[in-house]
Amino acid sequence: MISSNRPLSPHLQVYRPQITSTLSILHRLTGIALAAGTLLLTYWLVAAASGPEAFATAQGLIGSFIGRLLLFGWSIALFYHLCNGIRHLVWDAGYGFEIEAATRSGWMVVGASVVLTLATWALGYAMMGGA
Amino acid sequence: MNDQSNLRSPLGRVRGLGSAKDGTHHWWAQRLTALALIPLTIWFVGAVVSLIGADHAAVAAWIASPVVAGLLILLIVATFYHAALGLQVVIEDYVHGEGAKIALLLFVKALTIVLSLSAVLSVLTLLFTRA
Ligand code: HEM
Repeated sequence: MISSNRPLSPHLQVYRPQITSTLSILHRLTGIALAAGTLLLTYWLVAAASGPEAFATAQGLIGSFIGRLLLFGWSIALFYHLCNGIRHLVWDAGYGFEIEAATRSGWMVVGASVVLTLATWALGYAMMGGA
Repeated sequence: MNDQSNLRSPLGRVRGLGSAKDGTHHWWAQRLTALALIPLTIWFVGAVVSLIGADHAAVAAWIASPVVAGLLILLIVATFYHAALGLQVVIEDYVHGEGAKIALLLFVKALTIVLSLSAVLSVLTLLFTRA
């Protein structure tokens, strides 16, 4: 079946990255990163159920430098995937498909994810009394 | 839509379920879990920030309240269902060997079931031993 009307996927090696295509693959990458993050969520809950000692070990790991770095990565992945997920759901409802609209909503998502991540961490460090 | 761009057979059109015999169920479940995850993840991030510095007793007591335990279980179920559906699409897109694809799909399903059960049972353990 040969038809000139069938859609073509972009050939990635020769496709110039654009805000829309970059954010699209980022949605997939952050989804995968968040799926890996469920390991941490499960570990934290299991540790809490196992008692004070296991929980202290978990909190120590999460509070370490590497732990905080991972948490920072997961928090920005979550906020990005959340904001861009809302953008996806708006598309699914049939709105915002025009190229200018998709570009604008894309930059809004980037801005919102950065602001939400930084605000969350600022709040977190304020909670710890600036420690 | 003209005839050339219509890829469905007459029988396929009547059944309306596509080649996976599954219709829109996967797509729809991915959107519903995404919708549920918007408030649930925002609530969870807020809760985690407010728990910074809390010891085991405080965290366990927080989880053991019925409303929190209920919301946590909803979060766990929606997250793992959404992640399993999402990872399935990623695997189907990139893994082309039939054997490797099926093995990986089964592995992801099994892992999400084990992790989500462990997480839910941890919440229930805290709920019923702390009441
Ligand atoms: C916070 C709220 C969330 C929203 C609003 C959301 C929204 C979405 C949407 C709309 C899609 C479909 C995208 C598409 O059609 O290409 C999707 C895909 C996906 N999501 Fe989420 N999601 C959320 C949280 C999560 C979490 C917590 C995880 C992991 C534990 C996750 C993992 C994934 C994965 C793996 C995919 C598949 C990516 C792909 O096919 O490219 N999501 N999400």
